[in-house]
Amino acid sequence: MRNAVGREIPDEILRLTGKEPFQGNCYKEGVEYRKQGPIVKPVMDRNTSKLVSSIREALIKCGAHDGMTLGFHHHFREGDLVVNMVMKEVHDMGFKNVTICASSLGKAHDPLLEYIEDGTITGIESSGVRGKIGEAISHGKLKGLAIMRSHGGRVRAIHTGETVIDISFIGASTCDDYGNCKGIGGKSDCGVLSYSFVDGQHANKVVAVTDCLVPFPNFPADIAMTRVDYVCVVDAIGIPEKIATGAAKPTTDTRKLMMADYCTQVVINTPYFKDGFSYQTGVGGASIASAASLAKIMEERGIKMGFAVGGMSKGMVDMLDKGLVGKLLDTQDFDLFAVNSVKRPNHHRISAGAYANPFNKGAFVNKLDYVVLAALEVDVHFNCNVVVGSNGVITGAQGGHPDAAQGAKCTIVICPLLQGRIPAICTDVTTVTTPGESIDVVVTDYGVAVNPARPELLEALQKADCVPLKTIEELRDIAYSIVGTPKPVQFGERIVGIIESRDGTIMDVVREVK
Amino acid sequence: MFLNAQKPGLIKDPYIYQPDSIMLDLEDAVAEKEKDAARFSLYHALQEINYRGIECIVRINGLDTDLWEEDVRCAVAGGADGIRIPKTETAGDVKKVEAAVEQAEQEFGREPGSVLIMAALESAKGVLNALSICSASDRLFGIALSGGDYTKDLQTRITGTGVELMGARQLMIIAARAAGVQCFDTVYTDLNDMEGFRREVEMIHMMGFDGKSVINPRQIAPVHKIYTPTEKEIIFAQKVVREIDEKKKLGIGVFTVDGKMIDIAFYDGAKRTLALAKAAGVLKEEC
Amino acid sequence: MKIERNAMAGTLESSDCMVTVEPGCGQVELDLESAVMNQFGEQIQNVILETLKRLEVEDVRIRVVDKGALDCTVKARVECAVYRSIGQKDHLPWGGAIR
Repeated sequence: MRNAVGREIPDEILRLTGKEPFQGNCYKEGVEYRKQGPIVKPVMDRNTSKLVSSIREALIKCGAHDGMTLGFHHHFREGDLVVNMVMKEVHDMGFKNVTICASSLGKAHDPLLEYIEDGTITGIESSGVRGKIGEAISHGKLKGLAIMRSHGGRVRAIHTGETVIDISFIGASTCDDYGNCKGIGGKSDCGVLSYSFVDGQHANKVVAVTDCLVPFPNFPADIAMTRVDYVCVVDAIGIPEKIATGAAKPTTDTRKLMMADYCTQVVINTPYFKDGFSYQTGVGGASIASAASLAKIMEERGIKMGFAVGGMSKGMVDMLDKGLVGKLLDTQDFDLFAVNSVKRPNHHRISAGAYANPFNKGAFVNKLDYVVLAALEVDVHFNCNVVVGSNGVITGAQGGHPDAAQGAKCTIVICPLLQGRIPAICTDVTTVTTPGESIDVVVTDYGVAVNPARPELLEALQKADCVPLKTIEELRDIAYSIVGTPKPVQFGERIVGIIESRDGTIMDVVREVK
Repeated sequence: MFLNAQKPGLIKDPYIYQPDSIMLDLEDAVAEKEKDAARFSLYHALQEINYRGIECIVRINGLDTDLWEEDVRCAVAGGADGIRIPKTETAGDVKKVEAAVEQAEQEFGREPGSVLIMAALESAKGVLNALSICSASDRLFGIALSGGDYTKDLQTRITGTGVELMGARQLMIIAARAAGVQCFDTVYTDLNDMEGFRREVEMIHMMGFDGKSVINPRQIAPVHKIYTPTEKEIIFAQKVVREIDEKKKLGIGVFTVDGKMIDIAFYDGAKRTLALAKAAGVLKEEC
Repeated sequence: MKIERNAMAGTLESSDCMVTVEPGCGQVELDLESAVMNQFGEQIQNVILETLKRLEVEDVRIRVVDKGALDCTVKARVECAVYRSIGQKDHLPWGGAIR
């Protein structure tokens, strides 16, 4: 069946997953559901200890079994040691058909390849995968279907019970012996534990894994003891220098600076740029540069940002320092500046659910004026692909892309027109991960295109005469005139993964590469 | 803007930065063993890349090498708008290149006289011969100072104050104007000192130079900003042109605009301001 | 044109390609590796073969490692490698065999 972004979703996949095809961003608006609650094992006896001596003991006590689903967060990013540590034990204990439900997986998790190949892991649910896991999925090595869903989508899937997490292992920078977890402090300081909040609330068993046991009570806790079954102390849960990869150096790449300038011009010349506006940005060179130039203009014009939300890095922390932003609502820290800033007033930790879950009673993304995002590909229907690379292999993550894009009044996607010889603006993206109806402005080094669905934005930018405006088709034509018309990636028949939309319908399928 | 003709990543789309002219370099930027490779790359770039109307000049290798004649053939065959002669010392140098260009135009079927020449002056001798160099050929549209080599020849260095280039700059702009050709300033190599760059461009703008050579796209916007007439200048120039046109009909020679005494001598300058404003895209209507 | 000795042109930088030619065994033998094989493999292969044809090279082993080069760069690198292999630097047929 063809869905609302024109993608053919085979009936067998609809049958197999019980899902519907994507039917537009607000298809599920107001549709009621009952939230799934976790199984709770009470601790009443004051003599009960939650401390376990090893991951193995935790697995045994939690009733690990074949076919279980395990939850993980990705706050330690490429420095994460928890997933590999747990999965090695799961493998060594001989469990099979395990599903991993992680907020994201990266190159740090390349060692899982072996467990995918031997059938230990047969299901993966994540916002995305990179490295060897992505290759393995794309080459059909994963037995089940991989499900790629956004940060908000993960929370939704757990709330509705579509995904039931049997055991969640929460890597906690600090934790006490009763399970009060924080993302702050310790050796593996990651600032926040936003993606784990939902695991704490909904996983049937919760194991806190820490390398820094602190005296009771570790308070105020991100994940409270009332939700934690066991506490396991290990040598290391992360590699510090790979967690906060350091502040991205301000870019000197003229191409990026030019796109950053276009982006800034788009922001300041559209109607939402006024005192109290809200904003989210990423950590790409152009996004960071744009935030910096935006800060300058805000200072000049005496305009302050009400709040910034999402992943945080030095740029936003600097703005907080200068009093240019009222509140930082933090779901993830990209550098040490952000990690260290978390303790300050007006820098708040929020859950992934509060940030982006489409199935709660209103998330922060709904209150966004602007979001600045990146994309691997954008097509003439403004559909974006942020997951599947130009060689057809899964190599990226949706993260909060579809969430913030839908929520924000003005969603700006920055991408260079050409990535080497690959045109980023094309006739049809390889895989749709964010629907065109969520995307308002596309900024490239060759010009800026406004979604025709937003005539008022186009008019504002035309009036300001501040950026070279093109239609999206013109941008594609320029790209094709330079590099030639690309042939579509050749895929095999077998479907290896699905791209789930925020509301749980199917946006697209990912096929095996030939 | 200077670009190494041998680097595919550099020459594929410099037009997005909106330079007025690109200088595809076969000389100093290209390593000795890649001189041949640069020509192939240059030829196909000129032929196949749509530079969107931006002037394409090719800097050939010096006349003291065995490379320059093939460079000229390649550039002319490719379709370059002009040739830049490095280390020009005498009018004879220009004539030598002129002859080669003429021959190449014939060989590759380009319209006679369509390929222009500019001369880079890089030595004391070259600077002193500026006037005769400027008048050496009808194809010669401008001269440019090359500060690095010139200061070495003077036995000094680029100091950042501009004092070492003062004499050459004055002499060259005077010679260029006397001969009715354009005059371009040397590059500014400290990419991180944008303030120093701006000061230098302001100075050469005041001296009368027609433009600045740049080595990085980052330097383009400041040059355009300084060279683009301000709104005030444009309005004044429009008034001057209008008043002179009207007063001429009435037979009045001297009058005032906004309290400034104006006569016919201001006419060309005002016209030039308007043309520049139009070229810079800040003035839309006819002038 | 007859390939006389092994020659190489280009780099492995992004937007470039590296071309190696050596005397062949009676035919054109092309070994192409590209970062954009899926989308442009065929087009690149055609450009290489047409370029060789124009240069009248019929006996060569040619290896091209492409890093997303545009057609104009592919041509330039192939031509450069071929002319290097015969040691010709001047009086090149611009607009003729080189097109």
